[in-house]
Amino acid sequence: MPNRFSGHSLTCFRGERFVFEALDFAVESGGALVLSGPNGSGKSSLMRIMAGLLQPVDGLLAWNDEPIPAASEEHSERLLYVAYQDAIKPVLTVRENLTFWAGLKGATDLVSAALETVGLGRLADTPAQFLSSGQRRRLSLARIVASEAPLWLLDEPTVGLDRSAVGILEQLIAAHRDNGGTVVMATHQPVDAGPAAETLDMSDFPARRQIFDDMDAAH
Amino acid sequence: MRALKHILIRDLRLALRQGTDVAMVVTFFVITVTLFPLGVGPEPNILARIAAGVVWVTALLATMLSLDRLFHADYEDGSIDLLVLTPVPLELIVLAKILAHWALTGLPLIVTAPVLAALLNMPGEGYAVMVFTMLLATPTLSLIGAVGAALALGARRGGVLISLLVLPLYIPVLIFSVAAVDAAITGLSPRPHMLILGAMLAAALPLAPWAAGAALRHSLR
Repeated sequence: MPNRFSGHSLTCFRGERFVFEALDFAVESGGALVLSGPNGSGKSSLMRIMAGLLQPVDGLLAWNDEPIPAASEEHSERLLYVAYQDAIKPVLTVRENLTFWAGLKGATDLVSAALETVGLGRLADTPAQFLSSGQRRRLSLARIVASEAPLWLLDEPTVGLDRSAVGILEQLIAAHRDNGGTVVMATHQPVDAGPAAETLDMSDFPARRQIFDDMDAAH
Repeated sequence: MRALKHILIRDLRLALRQGTDVAMVVTFFVITVTLFPLGVGPEPNILARIAAGVVWVTALLATMLSLDRLFHADYEDGSIDLLVLTPVPLELIVLAKILAHWALTGLPLIVTAPVLAALLNMPGEGYAVMVFTMLLATPTLSLIGAVGAALALGARRGGVLISLLVLPLYIPVLIFSVAAVDAAITGLSPRPHMLILGAMLAAALPLAPWAAGAALRHSLR
């Protein structure tokens, strides 16, 4: 059954200012949505809202047009979130790091294959503190490979990756979409998210509201 | 349950590989207790009288010293985000982390406490009761402490804030633990005090993970 992940008139308020207002998006099974916009336009905030880590002050998220409640375990189960903070423990080995996160999602059998896919197979038993920053990003990508979640939320997945790793990422996204998965990605770098990837330009949803203190200062 | 075991093993493994955490708590406990004979004077009767209180107060402080690391490392590197996003109830995750914290601070303190009590010339009748009160009360310390540690996440000078939040809540545990040991030494039954300690543990066991979980969710931004 095709799935549909959508957001309706989302408004985000962070750090005492409105980041974006009345934002709508929708993405279907096999689809990809690329968030673009300048720094501070709210791409990461929108990602966190999509993941359920941040509550919008207004608007709602829906899965197959059914509203997703706050702190929904059902929603957590179907998504995979990768952000710039990579949650890698330096004293654990590469394999232990990945096995932990895969195990919490209930699928450890894919761990070895996932490490091979991202080119870390040789380093599986090395403590993660010896990884370079690009290799750490590859380990984050391995988390995607080892999961079976239909919805991928990738926040700046390409930072620090070399050309071949970006190629791996593009292949993974294409394969995921072919299997009916959904990808939402925020990025500055050109990544080929595949055919018919939609782009959501954050600057189309500027915050019109200001906080009252600012209004007073303007007058 | 599988998730609980998973997190427990990971936290224990992390702490044992880093090694310094457990050693720090125990060393603090030992050094601070040995300061008392130096400060109060080597009079055996006085030391025997204050032994239970000194050991317990120091155990509270040692526990508090370790609370900082309970959630902070996971908060810094983004693990908390991912833990919240696992299809496991957050309360269960918190409970697993509290269990790991207890195994890494409570247990070493229980092992060290009788030795330190002997150093302070505590009468022989008190030892069994002291170990038993510690078994009952140190889990409560970890549970209550987790709430403070979760609330202080993201705050500057979080360690100090944790102390201010948690120490007042430790007072009942301290009072009844020391009273139980004193009762045993003076030949009275420590049972009523133990029952109250047990009640505190029974109340904290469901309430603290729930409260700490709510505080963790609040800290996400």
